[in-house]
Amino acid sequence: MLELVLFYIFAAMAVVSAILVITSKNVVHSAAFLGGTLFAVAGIFLTLHAEFLAGVQVIVYVGGILVLFVFVIMLISVERAEHERQYHRQWMIALITSAILIVEIAYGLYKGRDSFVLPPAVIPPAVPAAGNSELVGTALYTTYLLPFEIASILLLVAVVGAVVLAKKKTPAEE
Amino acid sequence: MVTTFHYLMLSAALFTIGVIGVLTRRNIMVILMSIELMMNAVNINLIAFGDRLQQVSGQVFAIFVITVAAAEAAVGLGIVIAMFKNKETMNINEIDLMKW
Repeated sequence: MLELVLFYIFAAMAVVSAILVITSKNVVHSAAFLGGTLFAVAGIFLTLHAEFLAGVQVIVYVGGILVLFVFVIMLISVERAEHERQYHRQWMIALITSAILIVEIAYGLYKGRDSFVLPPAVIPPAVPAAGNSELVGTALYTTYLLPFEIASILLLVAVVGAVVLAKKKTPAEE
Repeated sequence: MVTTFHYLMLSAALFTIGVIGVLTRRNIMVILMSIELMMNAVNINLIAFGDRLQQVSGQVFAIFVITVAAAEAAVGLGIVIAMFKNKETMNINEIDLMKW
């Protein structure tokens, strides 16, 4: 029962702030509401017994990506964008297409919802012997070691690329 | 009782909101934020199935998705800053340097 209440609280928070992200005029408000969504999703992760991921979500998303967004918003002017038209002329078509998309997904999920009910879990769903972080860490450094290293190279390339994109040109280059 | 179905529906809703944001807004910052929303929806899916199947793979893949999201945000915001230095705008209708 408590699980259900928590799920609905977090889900409502996530969806409402997500809607506010895409409807607010001021980009700073959008960023703040994005933070709300990210925190709510971290709560959802907690109800799914993914404590490590909830921590990562808060530290990396809210503490890293969102702060990056806010810094960039700080660097570029917000006032001008606020007075411009916020939506494309094609917004009606976009809304209709998105409505079709959600109806389609919801219908498919609703039709196939019985297939998600698997036979009672092999391991009892209570807390496993090892902690969640330990399980994730073991999997990350054994089975998924190669993808993990590739992910770190991807991050390195992205950081170098971002620096090159954003830096001022030196006189020699011009 | 919260079932996997609940989580999948929440994820579908978040994903659709992200799609609407990308398709309708003209501010490039909001578009980048909508992409983050969609990545979060994918993460919910992965972790819900990982919990359902009692496997840790779902969470590991969610970590990779977060990594990719961080890389994407860094490069995307770098492009936004470079673009803003050339053309003082955040409106994607005016960003048409590569259009002909």
